[in-house]
Parts: sequence; C-alpha cells; structure tokens
Amino acid sequence: MNKIINSDLSKMQVFWLAALRVLIGWHFLYEGLVKLTNPNWSAVGYLLDSEGLFKGLFYRMAGSETLLAAVDFINVWALILIGLVLILGVLEKPALLGGVALLALYYLSHPPFVGLKYGLPTEGSYLIVNKVLIELVAMLVLFYFPTSQRIGLCRLITNLKKSK
Amino acid sequence: MEENSKKITRRDIIKGLATVPVVGAFAYSWYQKNRYDHLLKQAIQEEVRIDTENPVLNRVVSKDKQIRLGIIGTGGRGRSLLKAAGFLRPEIIDDYLEATAKNSTDKRYQEFLEQEDLNVVVNGLCDIYDKNAERGLQVCANVKRLGSDGEMADQPRRYKNYKDLLAADDIDAVIIATPDHWHGTITIEAARTGKHVYCEKPMTWTVPETYEVRKAVRENNIVFQLGHQLRQTEAYYKAKEAIKKDILGKVNLVEVTTNRNSPNGAWVYNIEEGAGTNNIDWEQFIGPAPWHPFSLERFFRWRCWWDYSTGLSGDLFTHEYDAMNQILDLGIPRSAVSSGGIYFYKDGRTVPDVLQQTFEYPDQDLTLMYSASLASNKSRGRVIMGHDAYMEVGGDLKIYVDSGSTKYREKLDEGLIDPKLPLYSFTPGMKQVDAITSATEQYFAGRGLLYTYRGGKRVDTSHLHIKDWLDCIRGGGEPSCNVDRGFEEAMTAHMGTIAYREGRKVYWDEDKQMIV
Repeated sequence: MNKIINSDLSKMQVFWLAALRVLIGWHFLYEGLVKLTNPNWSAVGYLLDSEGLFKGLFYRMAGSETLLAAVDFINVWALILIGLVLILGVLEKPALLGGVALLALYYLSHPPFVGLKYGLPTEGSYLIVNKVLIELVAMLVLFYFPTSQRIGLCRLITNLKKSK
Repeated sequence: MEENSKKITRRDIIKGLATVPVVGAFAYSWYQKNRYDHLLKQAIQEEVRIDTENPVLNRVVSKDKQIRLGIIGTGGRGRSLLKAAGFLRPEIIDDYLEATAKNSTDKRYQEFLEQEDLNVVVNGLCDIYDKNAERGLQVCANVKRLGSDGEMADQPRRYKNYKDLLAADDIDAVIIATPDHWHGTITIEAARTGKHVYCEKPMTWTVPETYEVRKAVRENNIVFQLGHQLRQTEAYYKAKEAIKKDILGKVNLVEVTTNRNSPNGAWVYNIEEGAGTNNIDWEQFIGPAPWHPFSLERFFRWRCWWDYSTGLSGDLFTHEYDAMNQILDLGIPRSAVSSGGIYFYKDGRTVPDVLQQTFEYPDQDLTLMYSASLASNKSRGRVIMGHDAYMEVGGDLKIYVDSGSTKYREKLDEGLIDPKLPLYSFTPGMKQVDAITSATEQYFAGRGLLYTYRGGKRVDTSHLHIKDWLDCIRGGGEPSCNVDRGFEEAMTAHMGTIAYREGRKVYWDEDKQMIV
C-alpha cells in the first residue's frame, strides 16, 4: 500500500506538499467558521453578483428560499469539514475532490474573463487566472500526490489497522 | 498486544499526529481574533445603542371597518398610490408574472401579493384625462390582485369633476394625486365635506392656501396625511434616535441633494399619442392657474412651469426637507437664499433645472443646504454633520466618527475607533452591520443586495404611509406627516422658491407666522 502512496517522493517533497495541504485546510476552515458564526451571512450577495455562462444557474440558486438555505448550509459545512480533514490528514482524497468542486463553483460564478464586470471588489488583478483557480489546481496536485499516508492521521490509522 | 505495539513505530505516531497541533494553533488564533473583534465591538457599543423600529410596522389597529376611498388624479403617481393601497392593473400583474417566469429572483408579484390587505374599496375616481381614468378604473376593479384572465369586481364610479366626487356620500376618504396647483384647493374642499385626505406632496402651490389647508383640516377634524412616504423609512427612525442620543455631537450643517440626469427625471415626460382636447378637460386642468391655450406639452410636462408646478423646491427638495425635519425636528427656517437657473433643459420651461438653496436655523445653530441638478447623476446623498460624527442617511444609514471629534478622542487615539469605517451602520433587513462586519458584507449591504430576497421583508414605503393614514382614520392619532408637518414643509419650500424667483433673502416672521 505504501508503495503506491508516493514512496518515491523525497522527505522534503512530502513535507512541502503536506504543508500546502495544511494551509489550504486552514483557509477552508476559517472561511467556513467565519460564515457559520455570522448570523447575517448568506451566499445570496455573491450569487447575485455572478456573471458568465452559468450566471442563470447561480441566479436560480439565489431565487429560491429553500435552495438558497441548502446552498448556504452545504457551503458552510463543506468548508469546515474539508478544512478540518485536510489539516488532520484523513479522508484526504474525497475532501480534495469536494474542495475542487466548491472552488469550481466559485470560479464559474465569477470568472475573470475579458468584458465581465463584478460589483464585488477584488483585492488583486486577474485575467482568466485568479487565486481561486490556483487553489483549485493546487488541490488537484494534492489529489495526485497525496500525503496523508506519510504525514497525517491516515498514517496512524492505516498502521493501526495493519497492526491488528 | 505486545506484538501489535511493535508495529506502530514512534515515527508513525509523530508523523501521524504531526498536523494535530495545527488545529490547536488554529483554535488559538480563532480565539484571539474573536476576542479582538469583541473588544472593538464593545468599544463601539458603548457609544452606540440604537434599536428603534418603524412604529407603523408594529401598530395594530382593527381593520374590521372597511374604508371607502375616492381618488382624484390617476396618472402615474395616483396609480402607484392605488398599488400601495392594494390595487394594480391586471396587465401589470401579467408583466410581473411573465418576469417571474423568466427570472425566479424577480419577486415583484410575490411581494405585491404579500402586501397587507388594508380592507379598503375605491368607490369613486376622478381624472380629467379619459385614458388615465380608464386605467384607474381597471386598477380599482382588480380587488383580487389577478392578471387579465382573472375575475374583476365592478368598476367604481367615474366623476368628471372632483367636486362631484367630494359630494358623494359613499366615500369616506380621498387620495389626491393631481398636479401641484390643485393640491391645496382640493384638500380644502375635501376637508370641508368631512373627507379624510391623503395628499401628494408638496402640500400647497401658493403661500396663502397653506394657511387655508391647515385651517380646514383642523376645523373639520379630518385625518390628513401628506405624501412623504419616506417618513416610513426605517433608517430614519434609527437616525432620529442617533440624534437623540447625541452620537453626532453638535450638528451644525445638513447637506441634502438631488441629482438626476434623464429627460424623465427632468420632467420631460412622454406625450401620449391620441391625447387631445377630445379626451382632456383642459379648462379643469387650468383651474386656479393662469389661463393658457391648450398645450399637450404643458398637460403632460406640467412640472416644468410655475403655472402648475412648484419646481425643484416643491417637487424634490420637499422630500429631502421632510426627511431632515423628521430626523432633526427642524421646523420652518429663519431665512432662505436661493440661486440657480435653467442651464440644461432650454425647452421653454420656467422652473430652474439647477438650484441651490440655503436655509438658516440660528436657534438650532445649523444650516440646511440643498443642492440640485437635473443634468448630472453624481450622487451626493444626505449628510448630517456634527462635531463628533457625521451621518449618511438613505435607504440605509451610516455613522462615521469625525477625526477631530472631542467626544471620541480617547478611543480614536487608542485605535478602537477608525474614522474611515462606519461606527454604526444600519441596512433594513440586516441586524448588525458595523466596523467589524467584513468588507464584502458591508459592500453588499450598502448596495441593498442583502435584504432584497431574504431576511427582513421588503415593504413598499408608500403602502406603509397609506396604512399609517388609514390606521389613524380607524383608530385615532396623528399620521406621521400630518398637517403641521405639511405646513412646515410647504412654507420652507415656498421660502426657497420665493428667494429664487425674487432674487432676495427671505425671512420667516415667527410672531406673525408669515414669510417676509
């Protein structure tokens, strides 16, 4: 099993990949908790600021009370759980895929394409590539170079199972 | 057991748990951040505690008794007021439904359906333009709020002359939405017949009729509401409380503005095809105004001529004035100066399209400044400036501490208050926005995006203003913009107009209660 899990990677390679995993986890966890603890937070503003090909889809999400409540709930809890497991290093692969899906939605609702303008101010300058897309690709890199078998609870759990 | 423990190495344990302390570090940082926010919030809360809510929303009056309305003037504004009372043309409902089908975030129909039923019926309607009268009749018959394939009630009676409508005994109260030059005359006559009045602003077109309106309303004990629906804006109640609690310190300058930049905004309204002497009662339109041969331009764009209009001062400044009168209890100013001109719309109008008015309140140590342009959209808002803080009031409300404040000096120096961030901000439907709220959230709140589809229910202020009037008819009390507030509004606007037209400084003689 360990052989498949990047046994070829050097210690430093594993260390920095795991660091990337933990930092992305931290970011997700904080984004989720901030939303959870703010009684006024809702995705509605972000959704209604959408542009691009999928604008209609995001508007529909904002238009229905039930759908919006579900979107808000899933968004918050997915962020928190993904963040937590990425830091701890368990269920790494499903968490990464979930994270990629969330980031893809964020990216598609606000793609930084030529000619699209948003009400929401950004903190940088972007053309096609923005930080959401970079984080998304970073998560895909982590998906193909998983590290939790080397650094993370997964290592302990696997070895505990094997030891029985 | 011993064998098992051999398989788990120390290295496994260290590397397996290596990232667990990160969770601890996160928890500690989270705690620190929340503590810091809490401290800031506490510092702010020590200064600001505002919780007043719109009393009209909270008032409960029995609606058992149906009120029978009449409406005089069913043009655009008249029909908006009918909508506020619960009646909308079936064609418009069709449009709403179509819009909702295309875009589920379009909630206009749902909002209209949710608008409280005020238990009123419209028994009479008067408009001197046949087409508007027909539209009005369709509106009033749509009692079930349905589209054009729905079942309509009987149409109300149409009166060709407002006097006949006022004489009708199946009408308890009237809505007046005529051009300005008719407001005073009709209100006086309605009051004399004992009918309650909801009159569009401004209250009067001339100074003498202002006294007459007040007298007629008082003597006949009718319930009078002037159509400043902004009285119902929740942010204004909060603003009033902020003033009462002295959050701004000594208020010395109030700046209110109008900025528009479209023909419609400059009163160049559409002249309807097919309109003419055959379907407009021109003689009745002229009424108290100086005689002029029939003119479609003057009929549809009446706001452009002093003959029928009160210009920027009466039409748009009054909104601003009444908002500030509500928040600051200004009353009538001691003096007024005014300047401006017809600088953009050189279309034969007599009223200015750029206007500056300054009103002095020496008793309250403050100046009220009004500045308007009908040819620039540069939005300048409404600002109340105090020594310690200033307040921006619109649909929402923001209070910023002044960097030179005495009262907040200590907290400014300690960095607990940032003059660049609002000390307090209120957005309808959002309970707490302040300096701590995230920039994104503040941004959306400011744009009104957050309350539109969620949280606090959005209610039409005109609806609340009509409800306020009806509540007082049924349950007693004074409406929020009663005849005394109307008197102050009209006199202040007239002072500005006279100052402009006569090119002089005018004064209010408090003892004689007259403009000199």
